[in-house]
Amino acid sequence: MHVHETWSPERAAEIVAAQAGREGALLPILHAIQAEFGYLPAEAVPLIAKALNLSRAEVHGVISFYHDFRRHPPGRHVLQLCRAEACQSMGADALAARARDRLGVAWGETTRDGAVTLEPVFCLGLCACAPSAMLDGRPVARLDPARLDALLAEARG
Amino acid sequence: MSPRLSVAADAAAVAVGADAVAARLAAAARARNLPLDLRRTSSRGLYWLEPLVEVATPSGRVAYGPVAPEDVDGLLTAGLLEGRPHPLCQGPTDDIPYLKRQTRLVFARAGLTDPRSLADYRAHGGYRGLERALSLGAEAVVQEVITSGLRGRGGAGFPTGIKWQTVARAPGPVKYAVCNADEGDSGTFSDRMVMEGDPFVLIEGMTIAAFATGAAKGYIYLRSEYPHAAAALNAAIAAARGEKLLGPDVLGAGFAFDLEVRIGAGAYVCGEETSMLDSLEGKRGQVRAKPPLPAHVGLFGKPTVINNVVSFASVPWILAEGGAAYRDFGMGRSRGTMPIQLAGNIRRGGLFETAFGVTLGELVQDIGGGTATGRPVRAVQVGGPLGAYFPPALFDTPFDYEAFAARDGLIGHGGVVVFDDTVDMARQARFAMEFCALESCGKCTPCRIGSVRGVEVIDRIIAGEQVAANLALVEDLCNTMKYGSLCALGGFTPYPVMSALTHFRADFEQRREPALAAG
Repeated sequence: MHVHETWSPERAAEIVAAQAGREGALLPILHAIQAEFGYLPAEAVPLIAKALNLSRAEVHGVISFYHDFRRHPPGRHVLQLCRAEACQSMGADALAARARDRLGVAWGETTRDGAVTLEPVFCLGLCACAPSAMLDGRPVARLDPARLDALLAEARG
Repeated sequence: MSPRLSVAADAAAVAVGADAVAARLAAAARARNLPLDLRRTSSRGLYWLEPLVEVATPSGRVAYGPVAPEDVDGLLTAGLLEGRPHPLCQGPTDDIPYLKRQTRLVFARAGLTDPRSLADYRAHGGYRGLERALSLGAEAVVQEVITSGLRGRGGAGFPTGIKWQTVARAPGPVKYAVCNADEGDSGTFSDRMVMEGDPFVLIEGMTIAAFATGAAKGYIYLRSEYPHAAAALNAAIAAARGEKLLGPDVLGAGFAFDLEVRIGAGAYVCGEETSMLDSLEGKRGQVRAKPPLPAHVGLFGKPTVINNVVSFASVPWILAEGGAAYRDFGMGRSRGTMPIQLAGNIRRGGLFETAFGVTLGELVQDIGGGTATGRPVRAVQVGGPLGAYFPPALFDTPFDYEAFAARDGLIGHGGVVVFDDTVDMARQARFAMEFCALESCGKCTPCRIGSVRGVEVIDRIIAGEQVAANLALVEDLCNTMKYGSLCALGGFTPYPVMSALTHFRADFEQRREPALAAG
């Protein structure tokens, strides 16, 4: 389960200051802020821009470019299902439809109870044991409907 | 001495239950008062047998797999610790045909060592390459790599030694070595296996590259989907620093090199080298126009040597054994070995490192054992999402850069994804366009707009609307994307699309059910 802190500009400023001296610091900063708060709050953008002498538009442009960066808080658990070809060949499309149906969400959405965010991922490198998924950073492979249901139950539990 | 067991701690092994098996083994041994030396190693890459449990016996290692936690008690009773027979027993590991048929140069240590142990790495031949490199001098190292014939294993196949020579000759006091570890192609995991299972070989390879080219700082640009690899690399880098294998004076040889892991953020296009450089610089991962080459104007505008994980990881063997020894493997202009990854709907999925020249049919049928579902093989996608789909009629194609190109395909990073006869190739073509649309960096129009239009046109074909006219439109669009795109994302998306169209035309022209369009 992800345990995230609530937004704090002071804490964010500390994170930014700790990383700002690195070469190409923006991605490490964005990752660190997201790791702390679970997402990248809009309030973080001007703070980062100022520290790196960038415009807010530049920071926003980077955040919106990458699939990993969230602009809204995720659920308590994040379930990533692989949508790429190796997993497709072993029935990933049907599993994804089952997951969306059971959770009542579309890709990228969070269940109403705030328990699970469902995200697509394109390849976890577990392609010889397809289909695969990652629950809160823990890899799971050789999925079938029963194992998927167990994962969903675990995430909602 | 306690019986020694090994269980892989590799992400794919863990994903199918290796941690639970290891825990059950430890608990069951305690309950039976059996002494046990249980080690967590890298994976052999025999993934269909994972979780694989190996026991060291006087006559070598004996393998059991795939082991489920509930098998553990029965295995111990049957005499697992003495290597005795059991339905899950695969016999001596080295005699498993899948492993026996391989030529493991880069993956020589796979399954044998603890990825975090520098002592293990050294005991298995590690750092002999760097030592020889230091004794040869920088120029001779470049020559050795040129002699080996090594070509970029990320997919482009550019001669590694020539690239190093360009960087070595580029003027300027600041240069970088960057490892492209953004292994985004579906069906590939060889980079992941190196980084998780044998991280020191990558560090050693990059150190040799830095010595040869004059780079003092290196980055490993690692995809965020590989958290286990990040942990293994960071631990290995710290250990290497601790023994002065990285730092201000590497092995007292008077050159400085240090490494840092940088995590990507889920953008497939950042596996394209110039897009990766922009991402490392903290920007949107947009493709740069070439020239200038990154070897001249790379990271932060400095000369930069960029190679894939397996390319760098091939270098320690080449330096230790000599470029000529490496060149002796392979065929044509494809020299050395390639870690081929058998994936998807395949009975024996895993890593198969072999000299170039093995045919696609041998890989899929003989080695891989056909499909996992037991149905006939219908299509095989080689080289990731930008690779062509091959029908069984082309299974005589040898695994070789030029042979695949001659059949409008590519070997890319060596991923082989098998599909059975339930696959709908119009859907696969549509997915190729959809993926390109999702991942396009947006810099060039053929890729950004073309991929979106591609999805729309294929949707119309799937719906049965003006099929002949729309097929002509797809072909025209593919030509525009192929010749008009800045990088391989837009430029190669036509490979899966056109190969599906060429070899599986019935899937487009004779749709089985109009209802498929709704799916």
